[in-house]
Amino acid sequence: MTDRNEMFEKMKGLIEPFNKKGAELSDETTFAGDLEWDSLTVMDFVAEVEDEFDIIITMNMQAEIEKVGQLVDAVMKLAE
Amino acid sequence: MTDLFSKFDPLIQQREELLSTGVTDPFSLVMEEVKSPTVAICNGKETILLGTYNYMGMTFDEDVIAAGKDALEKYGSGTTGSRVLNGTYQGHKECEEALREFYDMDHAMVFSTGYQANLGIISAIAGKGDYVIIDIDSHASIYDGCAMGNAETVPFRHNDVEALEKRLKRLPADAGKLVVLEGVYSMLGDLAPLKEMVRVSKEAGAMVLVDEAHSMGFIGENGRGVCEEQGVIDDCDFIIGTFSKSVGTVGGFCVSNHPKFDVMRRVCRPYVFTASLPPSVVATAATSIRKLMHGSNKRAHLWENSKTLHGGLKALGFELGTETPQSAIIAVIMPDLAKGAMVWEALLEEGLYVNLAIPPATPAGMTLLRCSLCAEHTSEQVQDILGRFERAGKAVGII
Repeated sequence: MTDRNEMFEKMKGLIEPFNKKGAELSDETTFAGDLEWDSLTVMDFVAEVEDEFDIIITMNMQAEIEKVGQLVDAVMKLAE
Repeated sequence: MTDLFSKFDPLIQQREELLSTGVTDPFSLVMEEVKSPTVAICNGKETILLGTYNYMGMTFDEDVIAAGKDALEKYGSGTTGSRVLNGTYQGHKECEEALREFYDMDHAMVFSTGYQANLGIISAIAGKGDYVIIDIDSHASIYDGCAMGNAETVPFRHNDVEALEKRLKRLPADAGKLVVLEGVYSMLGDLAPLKEMVRVSKEAGAMVLVDEAHSMGFIGENGRGVCEEQGVIDDCDFIIGTFSKSVGTVGGFCVSNHPKFDVMRRVCRPYVFTASLPPSVVATAATSIRKLMHGSNKRAHLWENSKTLHGGLKALGFELGTETPQSAIIAVIMPDLAKGAMVWEALLEEGLYVNLAIPPATPAGMTLLRCSLCAEHTSEQVQDILGRFERAGKAVGII
């Protein structure tokens, strides 16, 4: 299993191109509030993450993910 | 007390900002009189209609009107009941028969609107543990059908065959899968690569539903839609359509060859728990559908209109949603919402109505002036339209 820190760093790298606000990234960073992503940005970003880890993050799952930390945990589980 | 309306504040603010520029409210236009499928009186002024989806101009067809009047007198103004109780009249069955013939399919089911057809079919057939795979630019009725059902929803990038294929391959092989596509996407008027998409969907063992709302009557040899044009109609499990565009009235439908299709009449909640269409509406729909089977001359003229308008707008320097004319929708891309509203208003003052489409309904946050052509637009009207666009575009300074 991938180390969680390693996964967090990988996720940071994927978020960076979409981080137009230059927001500080931690487990607690929220996509809607801190990063100010609209639904289109979310779609594009999710597609990137899905292709990077060869997984599917359904819209139902996306609805539950608000923070970067939650995404890291979800992806670790999906990519197992 | 928490005001439950405070979540709408950004929307209210967007509208106030738009109206504060002094522009006419684009979303409260009233047509005082309608003279034909292509001309109405708006604000006391004769206006060419170029944003009605009335592609085949059937709304004032003599036979269609006569059928409606006759049914109104014979069967009354409404059914006051669900299709499964007291709301199925002879006319509803005849309308379904006309659809079966039009599409050459075994089953047809008429809903009260196209929105309800997507809502009902998608939510009913994709249940818990199943997957619905949709294009991110899908119509609201498709998203709402997914939200209403209990299936997992998987969106993929607009018209991207590879993105669809990759996602299908990542899903469990034995899970139930429904791929939902549209023939024509209504915002930009672009076509889906159905041939490839239906192929990869079938290879992955998915069922396919295609919404052909914006193609019925004029795309494909028999007007059955983009799936017919691209030769994959036999691989489409369900086709969804509407009466509120080419057919020229209101209502929705699903046609299918699935042997068990009739069970849908008992499990689609938007079919069961709503009143059926009035007798006059199904009579006009049936008559119109039968006439559309023989509409090849009108179809040819509609294509000519689409090509002329697309080429003309491009030559004037407008940025368009598609490189070539692909459907009867031509989307003119505006630089921003404020300029879009100004051009829209200038066109209305010129006596031309188009749809102003704004985010979030549009892809990529675009503001669009969406034009939909009609087979009843004369070649002179199309030239007139181009002149009005030129004057409005120059007045606002975007061309």
